[in-house]
Amino acid sequence: MVALNEVGAEKAVEELVKVDLTTTSVRELNAELHAPTARRYEVHNPRGAEAIAVGLHDAVDVEIHGPAGYYCAGMNMHADIVVHGNVGTGVAENMMSGSVRVKGDASQSAGATAHGGLLVIEGSASMRCGISMKGVDIVVGGDVGPMSAFMAQAGRLVVCGDAGDGLGDSIYEARLYVRGSVASLGADCVEKEMRDEHVAELTELLARAGMSHDASEFRRFGSARQLYHFAAHNSAAY
Amino acid sequence: MIDPTQAGLRESATFDRATIASIQRAAETGVYDIRGWGAKRAVPHFDDLLLLGASMSRYPLEGYRERCDTDVVLGDRHASNPLHLDIPITIAGMSFGALSAQAKEALGRGATEVGTSTTTGDGGMTPEERGQSKNLVYQYLPSRYGMNPDDLRSADAIEIVLGQGAKPGGGGMLLGQKISDRVAGMRTLPAGIDQRSACRHPDWTGPDDLTIKILELREITDWQKPIYVKVGATRTYYDVKLAVAAGADVVVVDGMQGGTAATQEVFIEHVGIPTLAAIPQAVQALAELGLHRKVQLIVSGGIRTGADVAKAMALGADAVAIGTAALIALGDNHPRYADEYAKIGSAPGFYDDYQDGRDPAGITTQDPDLAKRLDPVEGGRRVANYLRVLTLEAQTLARACGKAHLRNLEPEDLVALTIEAAAMARVPLAGTSWIPGQNF
Repeated sequence: MVALNEVGAEKAVEELVKVDLTTTSVRELNAELHAPTARRYEVHNPRGAEAIAVGLHDAVDVEIHGPAGYYCAGMNMHADIVVHGNVGTGVAENMMSGSVRVKGDASQSAGATAHGGLLVIEGSASMRCGISMKGVDIVVGGDVGPMSAFMAQAGRLVVCGDAGDGLGDSIYEARLYVRGSVASLGADCVEKEMRDEHVAELTELLARAGMSHDASEFRRFGSARQLYHFAAHNSAAY
Repeated sequence: MIDPTQAGLRESATFDRATIASIQRAAETGVYDIRGWGAKRAVPHFDDLLLLGASMSRYPLEGYRERCDTDVVLGDRHASNPLHLDIPITIAGMSFGALSAQAKEALGRGATEVGTSTTTGDGGMTPEERGQSKNLVYQYLPSRYGMNPDDLRSADAIEIVLGQGAKPGGGGMLLGQKISDRVAGMRTLPAGIDQRSACRHPDWTGPDDLTIKILELREITDWQKPIYVKVGATRTYYDVKLAVAAGADVVVVDGMQGGTAATQEVFIEHVGIPTLAAIPQAVQALAELGLHRKVQLIVSGGIRTGADVAKAMALGADAVAIGTAALIALGDNHPRYADEYAKIGSAPGFYDDYQDGRDPAGITTQDPDLAKRLDPVEGGRRVANYLRVLTLEAQTLARACGKAHLRNLEPEDLVALTIEAAAMARVPLAGTSWIPGQNF
């Protein structure tokens, strides 16, 4: 990566930089991505390494060829990141803006607490997908595991397959769209009417995510808002 | 009305007046009591320890002529930019939301004036606080309310909060009356709801995951920021070992007397262990790892005086943190508000309803009219004064023990007044060489 840093920013700005994680450390990669000398990066041989491309805050394109470990693209701002493989726990956690696309499956807590941007998982996502999401849009091509959208505050979670148990438990104002079955709903999460504005926003979201499903095939879920205030009769729900 | 004591009436020790009132309140309302402050029950504390001043066998330092240094470096294990504080007394994490923006600013001003750090809380970082705090520790909490990587990068240290002494194992809460539009906006929540914070982090479980989480935070901040791990005092020996193994630069241990803005009374009083009992466990864990004084230990929970500071450091802490005491310095529970406390069913010295947002002192409120009562500049001056007094008191005691630096205080400088305190603090009962549990 020393060679990368020696490349002048003016000269390299339009060039594609290739980084091989068998010869370059994650630390060196992230240091480069935090002060980018190029606009486009390819990362090869990630081999499940943790914390790849975390904390980016510039509008760069990063393609990761292979499986990535925990927290890939964590806290992303502005960057567009594509993973050609599976990802570990917490992909795009606390993302603020930009986009992350996973051309594979995602482990637990995908998009956890993310405030903005678009997270697309073309395969399936494990438990707690979208946990405490705060404004991000998440589109999952396959299924999501149990307790997805737990305490989801804002944003939209789209599941093109099935959702596991406890979907949307203790949900606040996030909107959930599911095309397949829902094993069970969590506390205070209810099915809601799919009105025209919901079909419209889902159609736009599916298009942005590159999914070809018809929005009318989805059901919408959200908060019943019955747990927004402490009350004795809710004791069994907490 | 008769005077019960004069009439020879006998009050139950089991069902005392507070207990009777609690049962009656529960029967009336059907909900548990939520309040602020920390544990109010009497537990073994620093008052149960005494320092052994120098005499024939030890050599004291001149009180006004010989230096007793107070500075401390926090987080130099892995971070390229550790904190270097002038005094080892820091301001604990308290949220904007729980406190007014003016109170947060005042704490930052006071801490900065005396060269120490202050800490954010659940709900994110405010510009007022960042702007007035030279050294600001950014809390990384399960809720991630207001969590912003730009704020993370602007912080001087990061504190991963696993729990707090007032409620180890419990998440935060902020009742609807304090969820103003600004607080709601920072937390991405509807205004006016009773907000529940998660008790577990959303994207990791267990110490192995924490190792990777710490790695991620280091990568995001280019290995510049010290990373603290804060635990509520319970199984402190094991928790400290695991936190250090996960890569913490600093461990913060908060005893059960530590304060809260809003927690169930039953939680505050019945979960966790006293600060006094937690420190030796933490020190033992660090010593066994060969990292005592290398991974720094910050202790909080009931620190009030320079004597508490000196005793905590003698037991092995590198620094302490204050929360409740700092609020009192700002004006919390001040007698000048006696009439207003009475109107809301309380009194100076008893007020603990931080959760309901009607604080006459304007500290634990989001009511703009109440919050205006606290001048951040004057509040900062009061906090700075208080921190200076704590430091001077601790220096006085350290010099008397012959120490040229506060960190040189040691367990050998301490004895205990009670068997319980001797057992917990692992120092001898005064006048004996007996440490219960260690020698018989």
